[in-house]
Amino acid sequence: MMRVSPARIALYVISALVLVYLILPVLIIAPISFSGARFLTFPPPSFSTRWYQQYFSNPAWMQATQVTLTVALLTVAIATPCGVAAAYAISQSKLRVMRLIHMTLLLPLVVPVIITAVGIFFVYAKVGLVATMPGLVLANVMLGLPYVVISVLAGLQSFDPAQEMVARSLGMNRLRSFFAVTLPQIKSSVIAGGIFAFISAMDETIVALFISGGQYQPLTKRMFTALRDEIDPTIAAISTLMTAASFMLVLLASARQKKSG
Amino acid sequence: MLALVSPALLVILALIVLPVGWLAWQSIYHDGFTLENYRRVFTEDIYWRSFALTFEISLAVTVIALLLGYPVAYLANSVPKGWSILILSLVVLPFWTSVLVRAYAWLALLQRTGVINQFLRYLDVISEPLALVHNTFGTVVATVHILLPFMVLPLYATMQKIPSDLMQAGASLGASPSLTFLRVFLPLSLPGVLAGCTMVFVLCLGFYITPELLGGGRTVMVSMLVSRNVELYNQFGAASAVAVVLLLSVLAIFFVVSRFISLDRVLGQK
Repeated sequence: MMRVSPARIALYVISALVLVYLILPVLIIAPISFSGARFLTFPPPSFSTRWYQQYFSNPAWMQATQVTLTVALLTVAIATPCGVAAAYAISQSKLRVMRLIHMTLLLPLVVPVIITAVGIFFVYAKVGLVATMPGLVLANVMLGLPYVVISVLAGLQSFDPAQEMVARSLGMNRLRSFFAVTLPQIKSSVIAGGIFAFISAMDETIVALFISGGQYQPLTKRMFTALRDEIDPTIAAISTLMTAASFMLVLLASARQKKSG
Repeated sequence: MLALVSPALLVILALIVLPVGWLAWQSIYHDGFTLENYRRVFTEDIYWRSFALTFEISLAVTVIALLLGYPVAYLANSVPKGWSILILSLVVLPFWTSVLVRAYAWLALLQRTGVINQFLRYLDVISEPLALVHNTFGTVVATVHILLPFMVLPLYATMQKIPSDLMQAGASLGASPSLTFLRVFLPLSLPGVLAGCTMVFVLCLGFYITPELLGGGRTVMVSMLVSRNVELYNQFGAASAVAVVLLLSVLAIFFVVSRFISLDRVLGQK
């Protein structure tokens, strides 16, 4: 039996407090979203779904939701194949330049997003992509690519390339052997990477603030504007839905990743 | 092989390398070469005060995140597997909640009529609501919250690699637990400390949404300087120069840190 020292007890207490600090803000939103009160009171005086009704009956919020979902789905559809192809090439090729390319593909994680956002805004302004759907999707593909590349590279690390050689020696061409042998084995990390790209596109705010406009404004841009003006519990309802969606996707992704080991 | 990377590479080149290059060009060229924008950034009060404030806040956030994150990572490393999975899940949980949603949550918690003020008044600890948000305090509280996982994860990864035999060896040679911790464990965990601190500091330097929503307009960080110069004042050259200085600061920090530890260690977490 181990003696529980005072230092150990302090460690437990401090860690517990830090964990409460970490999860409290995430948990506080759901009860607020079901409150019947116009203003923030806690605990909520009555139960109501009026903020959800307000969200679902407001055409502006619905349009923004549609934009967000469309952008996120298109982002996944484009970023996933591009990212998988790049990760495959990086892991298989022995070219020196691949290391540099690998670093370049991770740039979106290094450059502060505010800088990327302003830069893209200037470029889009020149080529007429501001406040357009393609512009929004392209920017999110760029931001989501690193997640796909990182996830798929991790998956490829535990894959033995000799298996693909076997398939090719048996007469399959490179493309067919990739789809028949390699892809099924890294499927889980491909799906996980795609899910992370989806969440990244769904949550992206800063770039959207600069380059989106008119009818192509995603949910996050409208939420940001609403938060600057006044705090409306409708935001709590939207936040709860977004958080629930993120968590379900992350659970899905991590269940996938565990399967692939 | 190069053909396979080209779509991804093209997207990155067109949407991050070109735009950043554009900013750099715009910061020095306006009807001819000029360093006027940089002169302003380095001499005008509002600019360098904002840079100073941003570095101060980033430093404070990094130190607080380290002080809060180290015990959690240490605990996660020293308990049985099931518990450490639970602790790490709680750490990563907020990671996947939108930054915007969390800014809203902190507004709900910290504002004058918010949860914490109401609770303290209910307990009769205070008679007047405390100003917890729309200032630097609120910004720091929410920023630490967002960046804490970036501290805990590299710390935990490093601690996991420290062989527990070493602690036992220290104990068997007669050292007290606190001495073994100070002389053996702490020095071995330093690469994780450096990786976590770098990530938190660098991310904080470019933070935008949190200070904008929780700073109440008084806490003007560099990112807000960039956005205001673009959106309000149409000062594209000045905005570009500020962005370039910010980016160079970030790259310089990565460069210095890479002399000590592998950058994969810093970037590998997210």
